[in-house]
Amino acid sequence: MGRHRHVTVVLLLLVILVTCMVAATAFGAVSIAFDDVLRMCWNKLSPFHFAATWPSGDETIILQLRLPRVIGGALVGAALATAGVLFQGLLRNPMADPYIIGTSAGAALGATIAMLLPLSMAFLGFGMVPVLAFGGAVGTVFLVYYLARVGGRTPIVSMLLAGFVMSAMLTALMFLIITTSDKLHPRVTSVYMFLMGGISVAGWGQIAVVAPIIIVGIILARLWAFRLNAFALGEEGAAHVGIDVERNKAWFLALGSVLTAAAVSISGLIGFVGLVIPHALRLLLGPDHRILIPSSALAGAAFLVIADMLARTLPSSGEIPVGIITALIGAPVFIYLLRRGGKEYAL
Amino acid sequence: MNMTTVNMNRVTFSYSNGAVLRDVNLCVQKGEMLGLIGPNGAGKTTLIRLISGILVAKQGEVQIDGLDTRSMKRSTIARGVAVVPQQFNMPFAYRVEEVIMLGRTPFMKPFRDSSAKDRDVIATTMDTVGIKHLKGRCFSELSGGERQKVVLAMALAQETGLLLLDEPTAHLDISHQVEILELLADMNEKGHLTIIAAMHDLNLASAYFRRLVLLKDGAIIADGSPDQVLTTGAIAMAYSVPVHIQKHPVTGTPYVVVLPSGNGHS
Repeated sequence: MGRHRHVTVVLLLLVILVTCMVAATAFGAVSIAFDDVLRMCWNKLSPFHFAATWPSGDETIILQLRLPRVIGGALVGAALATAGVLFQGLLRNPMADPYIIGTSAGAALGATIAMLLPLSMAFLGFGMVPVLAFGGAVGTVFLVYYLARVGGRTPIVSMLLAGFVMSAMLTALMFLIITTSDKLHPRVTSVYMFLMGGISVAGWGQIAVVAPIIIVGIILARLWAFRLNAFALGEEGAAHVGIDVERNKAWFLALGSVLTAAAVSISGLIGFVGLVIPHALRLLLGPDHRILIPSSALAGAAFLVIADMLARTLPSSGEIPVGIITALIGAPVFIYLLRRGGKEYAL
Repeated sequence: MNMTTVNMNRVTFSYSNGAVLRDVNLCVQKGEMLGLIGPNGAGKTTLIRLISGILVAKQGEVQIDGLDTRSMKRSTIARGVAVVPQQFNMPFAYRVEEVIMLGRTPFMKPFRDSSAKDRDVIATTMDTVGIKHLKGRCFSELSGGERQKVVLAMALAQETGLLLLDEPTAHLDISHQVEILELLADMNEKGHLTIIAAMHDLNLASAYFRRLVLLKDGAIIADGSPDQVLTTGAIAMAYSVPVHIQKHPVTGTPYVVVLPSGNGHS
């Protein structure tokens, strides 16, 4: 696919993302006109101001509640989709998703432990749940990597197996805590909400920490995309075309894990985005990671922004976990694409 | 930089379960076309993997243009040595030109991963190998012969002086076998490409390679022209099969005929 088409695709997806974000910011328990949303944002960002023709309460809702949440959703979707592309490409495995080597189990255990701690504890303005979820996810991958490492090499099969075993063990520990701890009892619903996934962003503080991690992560993934392409040749084949396999494997693993951990820290375990978005984009645009990474990031962001909007607005009161929405929309869309793609797409 | 000479000096290599190559000395000059022959497990693939730097010698050293492969970066080796492996499959629906593009990886950098030069080279190699008509096709849908040509084009896109091939004609029909070998002979002659290929078929090896190296149990037991290497004694010793060596009726190169066991002609 030509360079020009790459640029067109990315621009188109960017327009779609921005449209979704504006729509999601406008929709909610209190509906606010699109153009007012745009004017409020403009007033915040530029020295020239529109006259405020809206109630000041609306401005608080938009700028302090909805906008950070929508941006949080976009970041989470972009991070999970990119991590999914990285793991599928690195492991040459279409079943891979961001959670494949234990990040989810590590994050869930971390979050569960955090809920045993006093609510007042905090780190960099974060509660302990995001901090320990992040630490649990990254820590688990490091552990899996070192467990699978033999004689200077880390075979992918060993890594998948070690990840599987670690996941089982950490999940068992989590359920042990859930079932035996009286202290956790009042917050057990929060644990389940974390497991089902939901964007939890309160204000701009968390965005300010998570956004740089995710944005830098996606840029790095795009810059290294040509190396990920070479991994399609298998490890020996990648070495033949000049890739230092073990070093790159470690870097891609670290990158995918940090992106996943950053997402999970503000969203819990949202499934399906990291699996389906990369496949959908690969069906539409082909497997070249130089286009697949930026387009998956943008499409993942748009998808999660819409899913989160539905999670907020569909029930007459309260919210449903966004993970349920992503699975309910994601699965049929994916099946449609798979059947349309036909035999050309070898899963 | 054109790295075209290989120098293996007393190389010994073993996997964890015993010796695979023992005390191998091999010197390949620029422009040679060398066929590695020998029974399964004799060490042909291991030898190729040592030259490409995928494996590291336990004793002795492997030099490419006078440089020890152990001291070279992977990307430097990949700009001097290209490899067509024995088995090759791609996950996902990579298109032919996307596979060939992977041969340009050694020249890519994080901020320069696509250039006009890359596109030129891809077009040229597709033309050289005769697969222009496969553009846009999905690699996993191609026939075995077509795939082998695409992989060859990918290796050529690395623009190296040395090409290593591991049984490039295995599993191909006779027309594709001849087509691939003619292509290699042509590039060796006109493109001054140094070629080292492990060959299964002794008669194809005899017809297309000027120099043959016969391996048995990890050691070189014969090295020279087909006439010097393909002798009843050497083949019987390497393969433990009685053979009769004829002259090829047209080319005059040695032609190996396997004798049924029980026949006392050996």
